[in-house]
Amino acid sequence: MEISNLGASELVSHLSAGHLTAVDCIQYFLQRIEQTNQSLNAFVNISDTALQRAREIDARRASGKPVGPLAGLPIAVKDGICTSGLKTTAGSKMLEQFVPPYDATIVRRLIDADGIVIGKTNMDEFAMGSSTEHSHFGAVKNPWSLDRVPGGSSGGSAACVAADMSPVAIGSDTGGSIRQPASFCGITGLKPTYGRVSRYGLIAFASSLDQIGPMTRTAKDSALILSVIAGHDVKDSTSAKNDVPDFTRSLEKPLTGVRIGICREHFDEGLDPEVESCVREATKVLESLGAATCEIHLPHTPYAVATYYVVAPCEASSNLARYDGVRYTYRAAATDLEQMYCQTRAAGFGDEVKQRIMLGTYALSSGYYDAFYLKASRVRRMIKHDYDQAFGEVDLILGPTSPTTAFSIGEHSHNPLAMYLADIYTVSANLAGVPAISIPAGISASGLPIGLQLQARSFDEGALLQAAHQFQSVTGWHATKPPLYQGPQT
Amino acid sequence: MNSVNESAKEARARVGFDQVTVVIGMEVHVQLATQSKLFCSCSTQFGAPPNTQTCEVCTGMPGSLPVINNQALQLAIKTGLALNCEIARSTKWDRKNYFYPDLPKGYQISQFDKPICGKGYLDIADANGAFEPRRVRLERAHLEEDAGKSIHDESSRGGNSKIDLNRTGTPLLEIVTKPDMRSAAEARAFLTELKLILVYIGVSDCNMQQGSLRCDGNINLHIEFGGQTIATPIVEIKNLNSFRAAERSLTYEARRQFDLWQQCGLTIDDSPKQTRGWNDAQQVTTMQREKEESADYRYFPDPDLIAVSTSEEEIAAIEEQIDRLPAIWREHLSEVYNLKPYDADVIVSQGRGLVDYFREVADQCGDSRIASNWIGQEVLRYLNESGLEIDRYPVAPRQMAELLKRVVSNQLEQTRAKEVLNEMVASQLSVAAAIEKLGIKAVDHDELKSICQQLIDEHPEVAKQIQDGNIKAVGRLVGKARKLNPNANPGLVKDMILKFLGI
Repeated sequence: MEISNLGASELVSHLSAGHLTAVDCIQYFLQRIEQTNQSLNAFVNISDTALQRAREIDARRASGKPVGPLAGLPIAVKDGICTSGLKTTAGSKMLEQFVPPYDATIVRRLIDADGIVIGKTNMDEFAMGSSTEHSHFGAVKNPWSLDRVPGGSSGGSAACVAADMSPVAIGSDTGGSIRQPASFCGITGLKPTYGRVSRYGLIAFASSLDQIGPMTRTAKDSALILSVIAGHDVKDSTSAKNDVPDFTRSLEKPLTGVRIGICREHFDEGLDPEVESCVREATKVLESLGAATCEIHLPHTPYAVATYYVVAPCEASSNLARYDGVRYTYRAAATDLEQMYCQTRAAGFGDEVKQRIMLGTYALSSGYYDAFYLKASRVRRMIKHDYDQAFGEVDLILGPTSPTTAFSIGEHSHNPLAMYLADIYTVSANLAGVPAISIPAGISASGLPIGLQLQARSFDEGALLQAAHQFQSVTGWHATKPPLYQGPQT
Repeated sequence: MNSVNESAKEARARVGFDQVTVVIGMEVHVQLATQSKLFCSCSTQFGAPPNTQTCEVCTGMPGSLPVINNQALQLAIKTGLALNCEIARSTKWDRKNYFYPDLPKGYQISQFDKPICGKGYLDIADANGAFEPRRVRLERAHLEEDAGKSIHDESSRGGNSKIDLNRTGTPLLEIVTKPDMRSAAEARAFLTELKLILVYIGVSDCNMQQGSLRCDGNINLHIEFGGQTIATPIVEIKNLNSFRAAERSLTYEARRQFDLWQQCGLTIDDSPKQTRGWNDAQQVTTMQREKEESADYRYFPDPDLIAVSTSEEEIAAIEEQIDRLPAIWREHLSEVYNLKPYDADVIVSQGRGLVDYFREVADQCGDSRIASNWIGQEVLRYLNESGLEIDRYPVAPRQMAELLKRVVSNQLEQTRAKEVLNEMVASQLSVAAAIEKLGIKAVDHDELKSICQQLIDEHPEVAKQIQDGNIKAVGRLVGKARKLNPNANPGLVKDMILKFLGI
C-alpha cells in the first residue's frame, strides 16, 4: 500500500479495516521525517513514545477491544501546544527546556481518540510571525521551493503536511497563522470560530484571537479532526458551549442555494494579479457547483491590520510577562533581581517578540491606553459589525488567503510592515471571531501554491468544510504535491 | 534662612494640635473562606508544606487558563450586601501587570473599573461614647487573587530567596473606604466592626496571624492655618498586622505629620504620596518608598475570562442567607433584653455564638441582667484564659440558666454560685450535682438564728460598735458566719444580726 497517497480519512479507514497497522503507519512517517526534516526543519522534536503507542493500539485492536476514531493516525502538533512529558518550546530559547506536566485539552482529546502525537512542529517564536523565520530553532523551508518561507507562524505544521511527513498537523491561528502557511504550502487549513476549540494548553500569544485548528491535505480530513478536538472545555472559560456536529456528515451536501459573497476589499491594491486570477477561477468553479455569488463589502477591512497590531501586542505583552527567569524558563546569570529579569528577557526572547512586547507595553501604558487599546477595541467591534451585516446577505465570504505566494526567505527581514501585510486578508476573521478556511486553488507560474480563503458565520464551520470539500471534489490542487517531496518512488 | 520663612515657621509653631483634623481612609484585604482558590481547584488550607497546593494554573504555567470560582463570587456579593454596597449586575476581570518573583504570571487578576461591589457604608460607634457615631462610606470592594510568599535570607550572607506559591490565587476581597475616619480610634473601631460583620456572615475567618485579614491605612492632616485649610502630604501605612498596630501607627503618624509640618510646612502639593511601614518594636513609622516611583500597572480586561452577570434573583438568594448583623443584635439586646449599650456590645463583639448563648440563658433564667453579668464576667474570663470559643464552653446554656435561676430566687448566694459554676466547668457536672459535691445545703431559719446569736455572743465588742452606729462593722461578723457554716447566706446573716441588735 502506498501510504503517501493517503489522507487522514483514508488512513483511518485502512487502519480500521486492518489493511494497515498503526506500527507500519507510524514507521512510515517517522522514516519520512528522518529523510526530510534536515532540509525542511519542520519538526523541532520527535516523540520517542509514538511507536510504543502504535503497538498498544494495534494490540488493542487485535484483541477486539474498542479503539478511538483516530486509532493509529499520526498527528504533528505545533510546538506552542503543551504535550505532557514532551518538550514544548513555542520556538523560543526561553522555553528551550520546558517539559509541560500536562496536556493541552486538544492533545488529550486526540490521544483519547487514539491519535498518536508523532512530534512537535517548528514555529515563529511564540507564534509571532508570518514566515517561520523567527524560530530559535532556525527557519522552516517551503517544500515547494527551499529558498521560500512556508508562511507562519504554523510553518512547521504546514510544511510537514505538504512534504508528507505527517497526514495531519495541528496549528494555531492568531491573525492567519494556520491559513497563510496552508496557502503557501498548498494544503487545507482551518481556523475554527473563536471558542469552538479549547485553548487550554495553547501557549498564549493573544488570548482573544488565538484559536487552534487542523492542517490537513483535504477539507474532509479537517472535518474529521475538528469533530474530535472541538467542544466546550470547563478549563477554558472562553470555550463555547455550542453543540459539536459530526462535521464529516455534511460534506456531500451540494452547494445549490449557497450564497457566496466576494469581498470587494480583498481585491484591492497589493494583490498579486496571478493570485487574483486564480481566485476568480475558483469562484467560477464554486458557481458551477451551484453556489450563487455576489459582491459584498467589509468596509472596515483597511483598518484590520492596524487594529490587530495593537490588540495582539497588548495581550502578548501581558501574556509573556510570566517568562521572567523565576520558574521553568531559561534564566540568565545575574547578581540581583532586576538584572535577572532584564538579562533573561533580553537573551531569552528573539527580536520580533521583544518588538511586540514593547509595542504592547507602550500601547497599554497610562496615557496611551485610550488612544491605542481602547480605540482598537472599538474598531474591532466595527469590523465584527461588518461581518454581521455581510452574513445577513450571504453564507460564505470568499477571497484570497494571502496577497502573494510564498516569499523568499529573508525578503521581509528589514521591513516588518511588508511582513505584517501578509496577514491583510486573514486578521479580520480573528478580530471578528468567525471561522475561516484556506484551500489550495492553483499553482503559480513559478510553481508555488495559491490559497483561497472562505469565511463563514460563527460556529458554521460545517458550511466552510462543505464548500471546501465540494470544491476539492472537482479540482485537484489539494492532491498536487511539491515536486521535491512526492514521497518515495515505488 | 530669611525672615519671611522664619516668621511663617513661628506662625506654624503657634498652631495647636487641636486645630488639626485627622483624615483617615482604610484599605482592607480579606481572604474569603472558600475551599479552593479563585481560579483553580487547589486548596486554600493554611499551613501546608511549601508549594504543595499548586497546579499549572496558579503557578502560571504556559498555556494554563483561569476559571472563576463561583463560591468566591457569592461570598464577595454576600459581603457587599452586608456592607450596604451596590452589587454590580455585570462584573469583569482585569490584569494588573507588574513583575515580582512571587507573582507567577507577571500579572495579578483583579478588578479595575467594574468591581463586584460598588459604593456602600459601615456605621461605627463607641459603646463608651469615645467618639460620635459615624458613617464610614465605602468606595468599593473588588475580588482579586493573592500573590505567593517570598522568603528572603535575612542572615545577610546572600542566601537564595525562596518562593512558596501555596497562597497564590487565594481569593481576596479588597475593601476600600472613603477618607471618612477622623481619628485612629475611629479607624480601629471601623476595623473591629468590619471584622465582626465578616465573621458574623461567615465570609472569612479574619485570622490576622494567618494573613486572612490585612490592612493598610491612608492618612493626612487638614490644618486650619492663616485663614485657610492646609492638607499635609498623604501617607500610606502598609501591612498593619493587628488592630492595635493600626491604631498606634495612625496615632503616631498624625503626630509625626504635624511635627513635620510645623518644621517644614510641606503640603500635599509639595510632596507625592509616600508609603511607610510600621515598626512595632520601635513604635514608629518608617519610610518605604515615594509612590511616584511605583509601577504603571497597565490594567486591561483579562481576555481569558468572560464578564460575569449576576441576576436580581441570585442576589436576593444570597441576601436571604445573611442573618442579623452585629448592629441589629446590639439593638435587639438593648431593646428586648434591656441591656445597657455597653453590656450589649460586650456580648455582640464576641461573635454570634455568644449572642445565641446569652439569649438562651436569659430566656430560660428569666433575668437578662443577671445573665449578661455572668456571661460578661465569668464566661468571658474563662474563654479569654482558655482561648476557647463559646461552642467549646463546658457549661451548656440550659445548665447555666439553671444555676442563675437559683441565684435569682436567692436559693444560692453569688459567691457560692461562682463556686458551683467553677465546679461545673471543672467536672462537667450538672448544677444539682455540683451543689451536692460542694455540700451546699440551704440553712434553715433556726440554724441561722443560732449562728447569729452565737456570733453576737462571741464578739460583744463588734456588737457594741454596731449598736454605736458603725453599721459597716457587721461585715466582720458576716465573714465569720461563713466559717461556721459556708452555706449561710451573707445577706440573711447580716439582716438577722442587725435585727437581733435592734437596728
